[in-house]
Amino acid sequence: MDIIALSGINIVYAVASLFLLAAGLSIIFGMMGVINLAHGEFLMLGGFAFVLSVNAGIDFWISMFVVAPLVVMFIGMVMERLIVRHLYGRTVETILATWGVSLFLIGVTSVTLGYQQLGVSAPLGSVEIGDYRVGGYTFFIIGLAVAVLAFLYAILRWSSFGLKARGTMQNASTAATLGVNVGYVYSATFGLGAAISGLAGAAFAPIAGVTPVSGLTYIGKAFITVIAGGPLPLIGTSTASLLLGFINSAVTAISTPVLGEIALLAAAILLLRLLPAGITGRFFRGGL
Amino acid sequence: MKTELTSPAFIAAFVIGGAIVFAAPLFLETYDLFNFTVFAIMAMLAISLNFVWGIGGILSLGQALFFGLGGYAYAITAINLGSGWGILAAIAVPCLFALIVGYVAFYGRISDVYFGVVSLTISLILYNFVNSTSDAFYTIGTARLGGYNGIPSVPPIQAPWAAQPLGFEAMYVLCALTALVFYLGVRLFVSAPFGRVIIAVRENDLRAELLGYDPRYHRLVVFAIGAAMSGLAGAYFAAWGAFIGPDTFSVSFAAQAIIWVLFGGLGTLIGPVVGALSVSWFTTWLGEVRLLDPNIALGLLFIISVLLVPNGMVPALRRLLERLRIVKERADT
Repeated sequence: MDIIALSGINIVYAVASLFLLAAGLSIIFGMMGVINLAHGEFLMLGGFAFVLSVNAGIDFWISMFVVAPLVVMFIGMVMERLIVRHLYGRTVETILATWGVSLFLIGVTSVTLGYQQLGVSAPLGSVEIGDYRVGGYTFFIIGLAVAVLAFLYAILRWSSFGLKARGTMQNASTAATLGVNVGYVYSATFGLGAAISGLAGAAFAPIAGVTPVSGLTYIGKAFITVIAGGPLPLIGTSTASLLLGFINSAVTAISTPVLGEIALLAAAILLLRLLPAGITGRFFRGGL
Repeated sequence: MKTELTSPAFIAAFVIGGAIVFAAPLFLETYDLFNFTVFAIMAMLAISLNFVWGIGGILSLGQALFFGLGGYAYAITAINLGSGWGILAAIAVPCLFALIVGYVAFYGRISDVYFGVVSLTISLILYNFVNSTSDAFYTIGTARLGGYNGIPSVPPIQAPWAAQPLGFEAMYVLCALTALVFYLGVRLFVSAPFGRVIIAVRENDLRAELLGYDPRYHRLVVFAIGAAMSGLAGAYFAAWGAFIGPDTFSVSFAAQAIIWVLFGGLGTLIGPVVGALSVSWFTTWLGEVRLLDPNIALGLLFIISVLLVPNGMVPALRRLLERLRIVKERADT
């Protein structure tokens, strides 16, 4: 009984972490149809911003929920202004340019912060389930994923920014004709996606530590989740996280994490064979 | 096509290229020759990526993974069965892998952007997989995969009729000659009927399909040939350094290949070669002087190429020369 509960928690945790890692990327992708290849570096920078500010004596939760998202949001908006803005409508060039940014950010962080791994220990103790112990932080990650989903849904569904963003997403030129400042919407969406990535990077820093290349350990899963999810950022990413997170954790449980990753990739490729535009390319049309 | 094969320009290119390749060992130091060999190998990878991306129009962001697969296939097979079988495996394994991935992707009609990101993700996951194989359990025949340590003492290439494996000079000639053959082969391919269909598919696949050509099949063929070419380059690379490691699957190596092609001129024939040679020379030099972190330099070069020279250096230089010529003509008259 305990072991069933434990595996259940592991599966939910895998789904939640997949969603958190991919959420920021999916916002940017859903908005502009562009895969931000610097997404892993956004996560990494969020982790660094968090760890460095905790080490500087700032409160753990303030570092995670305020410092990391704001720092990465700022970097994301600068990048949007300097590079991505000049390439709107040219998806392939945008992807390539963000790849350049990714290499550049890895280089800059390894020169300034060095290659050693930084980290802080995870708070919240642990919970006993029969003979097993589960870290309280595991439940925090699950709760955070739910909160991020609710927050993004609320913003996109009910705020006036969300209305403009959805309009721009559906048809940018019509939105512009109706007086929406499309450039501003793109910039704000990019910033929102970056902030969520920064938060996710901070949330995983106590578990995995941070190095200049730690973004690379996350992006494979994040890319594949967003692509499998398709154009709708919230429904797409959450359904894809459910499916792929389940497969990933099930295979990991019976073999190794690397085989779990391979299973995740294989499942996603098979899924794309059936639904070439991702899950929401076929289902849930017109949702979020 | 007959006309292309017998055209004087083509024959001249072949003769001059061949002469340079064979003359180089006469006046180069061994160390330079060693470096030139790896430049020729990188040029092979650049030509194959350009073949798939620039000519076939397939956004193969993870093309370098076939280079790594070829290297590993060569190393494992050469250790077990000898280098001749190794070369065959290095061509066959990446080609087969490309056929499987390409079948799923092209026949599923995955969009360009999706395909690019999926191919990059395959590279990432292969990287993680190979890194995790340091356990002795991952042994094929007598070859241990070695995880992040890679496979050391990969045997050199040896012709089946020869008593000795290839030396430095012979290895250089082999690599340079193969690069030349790749270049001329792609040139011939573009002017052959099949190549023309490929270009039609790249430009407008719906129109090509309505004219009766199957874009899925044509893309698959280009992708598989390109993978085989990259695989052969990978085999040479493994034989050249007597080593193959998981870094060939890394994102930064994949990015380098993309930068070569982009910087030199995507879709032009000579551009990617120029890009591969100049950028690999630049990064080698940067490693020697330790002026700047290579990732920063490559990242900046990447961004600048995309934003400022989107067509690449070779077309940009060509346009500049053309403009200078016009200015000069006006001045003369």
